[in-house]
Amino acid sequence: MTVGNVTTPGLIAGLLGTAQRDLLLVWKRPGDVLNPLFFFAMVCTLFPLAVGPSVEQLEFAGPGVLWVAALLAMLLSLNSLFLSDFEDGSLEQLLLSPQPLVLLALGKTFAHWLTSGLPLVILSPLLAVAFRMPGETIGVLMATLALGTISLSLLGSVGAALTVGLHRGTALLSLLTLPLAMPVLIFGARTVSLAASGDLYSMGIYALAAYAVGALSLAPFATAAALRISNE
Amino acid sequence: MTNKLTAHDLTLIRGDRCLFESLSFALESGGLLLFEGQNGSGKTSLLKTLVGILELESGEIRWNDVPVRQIRQAFFESIAWMAHRVGFKADLTLVENLHFESSLRSTSMHRFDAVLERLHLSRLKRLPLRSLSAGQQRRVALARMLLSDAELWLMDEPFTNLDREGRELVLEITAEHLGDGGMCVIAAHQDVPLDVPTTRIAL
Repeated sequence: MTVGNVTTPGLIAGLLGTAQRDLLLVWKRPGDVLNPLFFFAMVCTLFPLAVGPSVEQLEFAGPGVLWVAALLAMLLSLNSLFLSDFEDGSLEQLLLSPQPLVLLALGKTFAHWLTSGLPLVILSPLLAVAFRMPGETIGVLMATLALGTISLSLLGSVGAALTVGLHRGTALLSLLTLPLAMPVLIFGARTVSLAASGDLYSMGIYALAAYAVGALSLAPFATAAALRISNE
Repeated sequence: MTNKLTAHDLTLIRGDRCLFESLSFALESGGLLLFEGQNGSGKTSLLKTLVGILELESGEIRWNDVPVRQIRQAFFESIAWMAHRVGFKADLTLVENLHFESSLRSTSMHRFDAVLERLHLSRLKRLPLRSLSAGQQRRVALARMLLSDAELWLMDEPFTNLDREGRELVLEITAEHLGDGGMCVIAAHQDVPLDVPTTRIAL
């Protein structure tokens, strides 16, 4: 909207502007995003080497290992979500913006998912092959990871916002986020296992989708409130 | 339109220390409010309570006679904040940083080039902020104030890191803003030699 010569940004401009800024930052400094991804790849390639070449064992453990590695990789990436904004004073500028903080937090979380969650989803088929996962099951794995990482980004943003003002808040961040992330892990890994054994798995996908929608509608408000508290 | 910022009986306690007690003041369009005091006397805290980053123990801040806590987003539309930390991303260029501002609040981007020219930043447009000196980064923060459409400027130690020319620029810009009917709150440990109606609060 433009009145006279002054441009007033709309709500969507605030959301997309924040997401765009964070994506640009990742583009300029890709290291922070590559580390968790590298961790995910390492765990999933080393595990088969350690367990041995038994096909039954790998097929049995595959969904669980992939999912645990993905969950931990997401946790690793969460610590930096608000940290640099807190340290350089950008967070204060966001807090004092006329834009609703909920939308700005959602924009940041969206950028986090695009740079942390989505790469895991894209990388997972390559790693699933190491566990002898058949093609159809890989599709289910990607679907569960896509829905699951959305929930993890959103839930994690609440924990990251609460712990941003604390020195060495990483352990606390994990403690806060893990209980909420348990349903995602259980449904995610179990759904892939069911798909691998040829059972009905659609319920699991629905449950993950419901959890993601729930997180999407509640987490941004909690994140915004947590950011205001943390910046005191 | 004239605006009014009033504070009634502000008290702030941090930890077990009382930073200020029963503090009241008023500021109207064209006026300057100066928080003076030594390091650690609570100037920055007082600024932060004005915008609601810090919660007051008691007291109330009003914008045009409406409590700020009731009209938070509308109040934020009227303020520009320059803190000790500049609040820019060091990896992004000056242009990218200031363009992001325009997705947060009302800005006059048509004046972009003129503002950069005035602050001697035109040559630094494409550099990441990381490679600018501390004083130059303060100038970028000044550019944000100039581009914003806000009536009320809040500045914490605006002269930090600036050379003599930069300090005079701050004074000049502030005087202009006040002349245009704006208002300004400055927390500084040094004097602000401006010939405008000034309210001084010693902490």
